[in-house]
Amino acid sequence: MMRNASRKYFTELWRGFRHGIPIALGYFAVALTLGIAATKDAGMTPWQAALMSLLLHASAGEFAGITMIAASASYIETAIMEFVANARYLLMSCALSQKLSPQMKTRHRFIIGYFVTDELFALGVSADGKLNPFYYYGAALAASPAWALGTFVGAILGNALPTRAVSALSVGLYGMFLATIIPPARKSKILACLIVLSFLLSGAAAVLPWVSALPEGTRTILLTVILASLFALLFPVKNDAEKEAAANER
Amino acid sequence: MNGNVYIYLLVLAAVTYLIRVLPLTLIRREIKNTFLRSFLYYVPYVTLAVMTFPSILSATESPISAAIALIVGIALAWFGAGLFPVSVLCCVAVFVMELFLI
Repeated sequence: MMRNASRKYFTELWRGFRHGIPIALGYFAVALTLGIAATKDAGMTPWQAALMSLLLHASAGEFAGITMIAASASYIETAIMEFVANARYLLMSCALSQKLSPQMKTRHRFIIGYFVTDELFALGVSADGKLNPFYYYGAALAASPAWALGTFVGAILGNALPTRAVSALSVGLYGMFLATIIPPARKSKILACLIVLSFLLSGAAAVLPWVSALPEGTRTILLTVILASLFALLFPVKNDAEKEAAANER
Repeated sequence: MNGNVYIYLLVLAAVTYLIRVLPLTLIRREIKNTFLRSFLYYVPYVTLAVMTFPSILSATESPISAAIALIVGIALAWFGAGLFPVSVLCCVAVFVMELFLI
């Protein structure tokens, strides 16, 4: 029995790890630029930069942190800025909480909470049925070290990195986002509409006066709350069976 | 820089962790309210879409190569390619395009 159980954990861990590899590649690339900024702007050592990445796992959040450290901001100001930069995770964690079995142990919730990043979240919510914590850990095990390593290498190499390679690797994470949201949209016209609308309004918000002056994280939260509320009012989803039906309506 | 880097990191880490862990530990039951359920069901699609566009356009050396990668990514995902192929082929698209553009 014990052996069967541990084998099942390992299978899930391994499945998660494999799904985490594309995340790891993208993380490595994005973290390079983070490492460069950490040493150049905030005067951190490569070890401190890597430690920051291991502690935060957040690109916008870390850039915000670097900016605050570089500006010698007070700890209170730093905390507030970090809250603004990362507040979208509050929404993501709420959404992810519905993918966890109500019986899930608290310790699993504490560990999963440490690894709620945009990409791991995308992987977690797109899992079939309830989320297996070991699947999530497997993905985190691939992604987290790559994030820290990328930051470290970026901090050491600085601008000596080949621009072409960094440029190409930078879109990897966006590719992942697309692979998460597009396939369900093919099955549901409602989701397809929602995504197109999100693209359009997000594009508009980036150029319109006043709105474009808001920090990117704040714009993301505003658009998410507005559009998700609108669609929840117009096209309510009652239960999982109905979600399936909506997803298969084509 | 005046403050201690390690205290800064501690502040940043504490704020970030609390934001992520509180909903997971406080919301333990399935939400029954239809509006809230629907809202949370739609959240990932909007958030991920909003984070992809238009940010992707400024992620690379040239907005044209990024736009091509966006189209390639959407098309591949639409026709059922998985996370890894979509992700890698977006990178390849940028690399190839930039051989001509830059």
